[in-house]
Amino acid sequence: MRELICITCPMGCHLAVDTDARGEMKVTGNRCLRGEQYAREEIFNPKRVVTFTCAAVLPDGGTPGPESNLPRRVPVRTTGAFPKERIPELLGALKGMTVRLPAVRGSVVLKKALDTEVDVIVARGIAPE
Amino acid sequence: MKQLTFDAVVIGGGAAGMAAALELDARGHSVLILEREDTLGGILMQCIHNGFGLIEFNEELTGPEFAQRFEEQVRARNIQASLRTTVLDIREESGLKAVYCVSPTQGMMRVESRAIVLAMGCRERNRGNIRIPGTRPAGIYTAGLAQRLVNIEGYIPGKDVVIIGSGDIGLIMARRMSWSGCKVHAVIEILPYPSGLTRNIVQCLNDFGIPLYLSHLVTDIYGKDRVEGIEVTPIESGALMHEKAFKIACDTVLLSVGLVPENELSRNAGIEIQPTTNGPWADSALMTTMPGVFACGNVLHVHDLVDYVVEEARRAGANAAAWLSGYRPAREIRAKTGSNIRYVMPMRVNPERENRLYMRSLVVKNDARLEVRLDGTVVKSRKLAHIQPSEMLSLTLVPEDLAAAGRDSTVEIALV
Repeated sequence: MRELICITCPMGCHLAVDTDARGEMKVTGNRCLRGEQYAREEIFNPKRVVTFTCAAVLPDGGTPGPESNLPRRVPVRTTGAFPKERIPELLGALKGMTVRLPAVRGSVVLKKALDTEVDVIVARGIAPE
Repeated sequence: MKQLTFDAVVIGGGAAGMAAALELDARGHSVLILEREDTLGGILMQCIHNGFGLIEFNEELTGPEFAQRFEEQVRARNIQASLRTTVLDIREESGLKAVYCVSPTQGMMRVESRAIVLAMGCRERNRGNIRIPGTRPAGIYTAGLAQRLVNIEGYIPGKDVVIIGSGDIGLIMARRMSWSGCKVHAVIEILPYPSGLTRNIVQCLNDFGIPLYLSHLVTDIYGKDRVEGIEVTPIESGALMHEKAFKIACDTVLLSVGLVPENELSRNAGIEIQPTTNGPWADSALMTTMPGVFACGNVLHVHDLVDYVVEEARRAGANAAAWLSGYRPAREIRAKTGSNIRYVMPMRVNPERENRLYMRSLVVKNDARLEVRLDGTVVKSRKLAHIQPSEMLSLTLVPEDLAAAGRDSTVEIALV
């Protein structure tokens, strides 16, 4: 049996997920049907939106110094929910990446990340003055 | 000293300030935003996680994306914003408002206006506010400061982390630090229930197997130069169980123990501050006790969703515009807290207009009912599947609800 907390709404139902005699999934503790859908998704195909930052690089190749008004990190995010078990692998790929300024919001950093249908995009436009 | 004149001045260029300024501008009033940081956007710029904008934009955005959508509207309307500008004082001078401020490029400035919108946001409670005993080594940060270091400045403040308090920023940082390769050993919460949103407990703690100790208090911090660990003591029936105390080794402590509206400017100006919210007293137009000065967003009361912040700020901006055009409510009646309600904002309702009220519960409960009583008679009631202090409640009262209101009537909001 697995225990989950449904996060579809603020109620936060405590779900118990079990398999019955025929091997079918059985959810209890949910107050509405969305709880069962949530449990199914969480068990068979858990996904999360991943947000992270990459190092900012100035147009001349340097990094913004402490006196600069520019941030040293550029926020990035996945365009949709990403398979949960592959998140460490994705973070590993993003860790070494840089974003050259000016950063354009929505521009793609990683196309079809790790061969999924999800891209990683820049989440903040940053224009050096 | 440089002198400027606008119809209205907005103090703070975060989500609230931008939303209020857009409303003033849309109603034909000249407006200046004063912002102390390098960019507009406020605290949203360091909130790189998603979950913003579900109500406002009907999609899940990160903080910077949400902020920049507003910033683009501000730029498109040519609304003036003075960045890197710190406001020092608000004064009444010969019937007008004078805002004194300073910036590295402009020096001292005096901005004259007929209306002001306060949108300074809030700041974090710190170790001194909650009096944690122990040594004073390096490695103790508020969660929001750590968030800024990691997400904007590009520093990781430590490797082995314990988080004190289960506020949302602490929970978000638990995930952020874990994703950055740190080990988060525990979250310690003094109350018997978490103070953050359930979705953050699930996605930021449970996903990483981070234990949440409810009804536990941090009773000591160890370490001479750098934090070496903390002592945690369980609370049972209100008493500290010293014999059950245990230690957790760590090199970093993050505090997520609540937010306080930043009202030094308001206080200095003589504006009355409410003890329940730590924000200004506000009437049905979100106007403070200083006529012509309005307040919205986290400086008024701490919100949990930016979507509600901008909703409130738009009304503050629209009300400030109405004030500039000469509108004054014919009458207002008192809104007060009933059972299980910590506060109601605003504190007055206008029986001739639509009123949007925000309130917080004092209790965690399923199957509750929100009741609005006009002089003791229930005029509106709503079923709520679940209430908890960390989820703000809202309610709209229309003139029909308040039709029976007399001169000295009172509206009471209660949870039963």
